[in-house]
Amino acid sequence: MENLVNIFVKSIFIDNMIFAYFLGMCSYLAVSKTVKTSTGLGIAVIFVLGFTIPINFFLEKFILKAGALSWISPSLADVDLSFLTFIMFIAVIASMVQLVEMVIEKFAPTLYTSLGIFLPLIAVNCAILGGSLFMQEREYANIGEATVFGLGSGVGWFLAIVGIAAIREKIQYSNVPAPLRGLGITFIITGLMGIAFMSFMGIKL
Amino acid sequence: MSNEKEPLFSAKNLKLLSEPLGQSNPITIQVLGICSALAVTVKLKPSIVLAISVLAVMAVSNVAISLLRKMVPPRIRIIVQLVIIATMVILVDQVLKAYAYDVSKQLSVFVGLIITNCIIMGRLEAFALGNKPWPSFLDGLGNAAGYGWILIAVAFFRELLGSGTLLDMQVIPQAFYDAGYVNNGMMILPPMALVVVGIIIWIQRARNKSLVED
Repeated sequence: MENLVNIFVKSIFIDNMIFAYFLGMCSYLAVSKTVKTSTGLGIAVIFVLGFTIPINFFLEKFILKAGALSWISPSLADVDLSFLTFIMFIAVIASMVQLVEMVIEKFAPTLYTSLGIFLPLIAVNCAILGGSLFMQEREYANIGEATVFGLGSGVGWFLAIVGIAAIREKIQYSNVPAPLRGLGITFIITGLMGIAFMSFMGIKL
Repeated sequence: MSNEKEPLFSAKNLKLLSEPLGQSNPITIQVLGICSALAVTVKLKPSIVLAISVLAVMAVSNVAISLLRKMVPPRIRIIVQLVIIATMVILVDQVLKAYAYDVSKQLSVFVGLIITNCIIMGRLEAFALGNKPWPSFLDGLGNAAGYGWILIAVAFFRELLGSGTLLDMQVIPQAFYDAGYVNNGMMILPPMALVVVGIIIWIQRARNKSLVED
């Protein structure tokens, strides 16, 4: 249990998707103009990460890893399908995004309308594929750890995008040098936020 | 007026190649492909390798999509694009693992992330789906080169100021260190990549007023 809490906190603050790895930067920069839309996108990302990482964990464990196929028959024990990782993961993500979209539409129509166009766009959000690849690289021991890692990364991404959106709403009233307006200042603010987030690095978990 | 007669390197085609290097640069203007661009720029070598990988993936997948553009039903085009890109990335990844293992380790997940690099999807959607193979090829090359030079420029400054080396060779003479010069440890940290790109954007827009936002 303690282990799970550690992974959760670590993936939110220390290994933050945006500030430590720059994953999901494209939608982060493009959608962070208002707090409302970025909250919607953030929630959708938490959703999708929370679903895809456990599924990809199973794929990795029972199909992709070297020798993973031995549960079918012992003769397959030395088959290594790990070179198929990318294509399998991206297929899972694309179909999961579609599925999540349909489920939300059916059971939470209000959330669905507020997310709008952002749901399908998540399929090409690097944070999602990045999360699955990190899960593979770090070799989480069981499904619980992988799920918690997915949720934590999602929450970290959510915090980052809502934070930058709030700052961008405020900064409209400031006098920014003309060439730096818009994209330039957003980059520099993200850098400064990243430096602030680095203060979490000292935490030993 | 058939385009067949158009020379391979007509002015229009050359523009496809040169424009992404400057005024429609994928990173600083179109804001595509930032994700993987920043994380690998601590050192020059992985950045160069990533730039070349993106160049290869992009040129080939642009041509492939452009050849298939009349056959793919629009509803499933995203899946088709992802499959083509993913196949190319697997090839690149295997080549890197075979011939440049240490760099491939350094790049870790970022080779895989070329798949979701918005720059590739973005150009496929915006250009290759509506154009012939040859212009698409040039567009791919141009955009990947525009992406690559920003990547290499950022890595150049970060490695020079952060570790005093270039391509792992010492360039700042020992005498400087003896005189009290210290490497700027900040440059190695991830957030500084953002600030360096921010400054590049600043310089570019200050020189070209038409790019300034509102």
